[in-house]
Amino acid sequence: MKDAQKKEKASWWYLLFVLQFLVILWPPFYNKMTPTLIGLPFFYWFQLLWVIVSAAFTAVVYWATRG
Amino acid sequence: MPEINWTALVVFVLLFGLITWLGFAAARWRKGDLDQLHEWGLGGRRFGTVVTWFLVGGDIYTAYTFIAVPALAFGAGAVAFFAVPYTILIYPLLFLVFPRLWNVCHKHGYITAADFVRGRFGNRWLALAITITGIVATLPYIALQLLGIQVVVGALGVTGSGLAADLPLVIAFGVLAAFTYSSGLRAPASIAIVKDILIYIATFTIIIVVPLKLGGFGKIFAAVPAGKVLLAVPGDHTTGAYSAYATLALGSALALFLYPHSMTAILSANSGHAIRRNAAILPGYSFMLGLLAMIGLFVIAAGIADMPAYAHGFKQYGSNFAVPALVLHIFPSWFVGVVFAAIAIGALVPAAIMSIAVANLYTRNIHREFVNRNPTDKQEAQMAKWVSMIAKMGALIFILFVPTKFAIELQLLGGIWIIQTLPAVMLGAYTRWFNDWALLCGWAAGTTAGTLMAVASKLTPTFALTLGGHTFPGYSALYTLVLNLVIAAILTPLFNGMRPGRPPVDATAPADYLAE
Repeated sequence: MKDAQKKEKASWWYLLFVLQFLVILWPPFYNKMTPTLIGLPFFYWFQLLWVIVSAAFTAVVYWATRG
Repeated sequence: MPEINWTALVVFVLLFGLITWLGFAAARWRKGDLDQLHEWGLGGRRFGTVVTWFLVGGDIYTAYTFIAVPALAFGAGAVAFFAVPYTILIYPLLFLVFPRLWNVCHKHGYITAADFVRGRFGNRWLALAITITGIVATLPYIALQLLGIQVVVGALGVTGSGLAADLPLVIAFGVLAAFTYSSGLRAPASIAIVKDILIYIATFTIIIVVPLKLGGFGKIFAAVPAGKVLLAVPGDHTTGAYSAYATLALGSALALFLYPHSMTAILSANSGHAIRRNAAILPGYSFMLGLLAMIGLFVIAAGIADMPAYAHGFKQYGSNFAVPALVLHIFPSWFVGVVFAAIAIGALVPAAIMSIAVANLYTRNIHREFVNRNPTDKQEAQMAKWVSMIAKMGALIFILFVPTKFAIELQLLGGIWIIQTLPAVMLGAYTRWFNDWALLCGWAAGTTAGTLMAVASKLTPTFALTLGGHTFPGYSALYTLVLNLVIAAILTPLFNGMRPGRPPVDATAPADYLAE
């Protein structure tokens, strides 16, 4: 019973990974110059930011599914 | 003819000397019997989270990566940034699939992906297909690492004709071959620590100093031509650069961990947990890769390609000279030595691991499977050591005598071939549903179609798929993977139906994939 509950909890967190895939695989969304950040065009800083965000997602999933 | 940059060369040689010593000393690190294949070929599966971080990072972010990604940015602009989404996508895959593979490989003593496929599906021909694909895809990749060394050595001014020009490469190869032979995977693991530290220092220094010297990011990006600074917006009836970018990222991500050298580095970890933790911390390297791609754009902004001092280098090495030229232009000689050493050492780590991975594959999945079914531990390890040497020699000969263009084209094809192993390896880690012969057919179809698509696109990565008046340019590897999966899925019930009541052969049990 406890194992089944653990497994179910894990599935919701994995949606973070799905989100990661969907956002980064949609270039039309981020193929822009503005808004800029310290002079960097949106295209570049958004994807770099997403590296950090996805590392954070992985860390969250790791802690949440450790059991 | 450029002069030798003596200060840089001295620093370079000193650092090289350090890692040579380290490579040999590594044999005594976490001591084990190097006459056992899993000790030589997988470091005894003893590397914890931190060492794994250095090893896997050093393995997948190769010298070729550091030269080629900025070169692509310099030449083609924003599309080179696909490397960032690519490296964002690999980590969920690593997190989800590879602990399972680690667990089952640990339980059954599997050293290669082909070992796993052999056990899971019980079909030696499917395993052979995986083996040959792995070997053939890896060999050009080794050759390209040596190319990375060639470029930085040339940038140090060590040029000449004939044998004199090739000598530094031959020496580097000799060093690499010697410590790989003696220490196995422990050698690149220890050296990766030095290399990765140097690469991080080099990249972060460049990313801070160069914008300061060029007047800020705003100015740099303003100097990049409009057609290159962003992806070209697709025209009518085509998904243009958008689909190319997304499929390149996704296809490369799916393929990366299927390469034998990735598998070897991951299997050398001491647990599935070390792998999962690394999935969260390895992205540090992705960030650095993004910075490197931007550095390629800095080269455009700094107008370095037009400077006479670097004309020779650009003529000799094309866009691959972008990063070396920038470093030579901006930094004092001693730091140039550090950066170039980082890149050259950055070639040795993956080249070592790649040759070990090829050796593991040959020894276990060709020699032990088809030639000598009962080798002693010592015979196995000895065979692997020799094969690793031969693989490196082959790569050296290739780079010295065959035009670079071929190595690059072969590596492109290699990516298309290796992704065809995904159904058997990655899906096999989750389910036994597929029929082994169906998988083999899917593999054959994907490999053939992929090769044809690549040839049709004149050996560029994207194929312009046309359906009903619309064009979908995309990475051939991804399209052919879909074909592979569809065929395997259709043939599975068909082949199973031909032999009803025959239970699927599977040496593994569901619990084997979970952590103990």
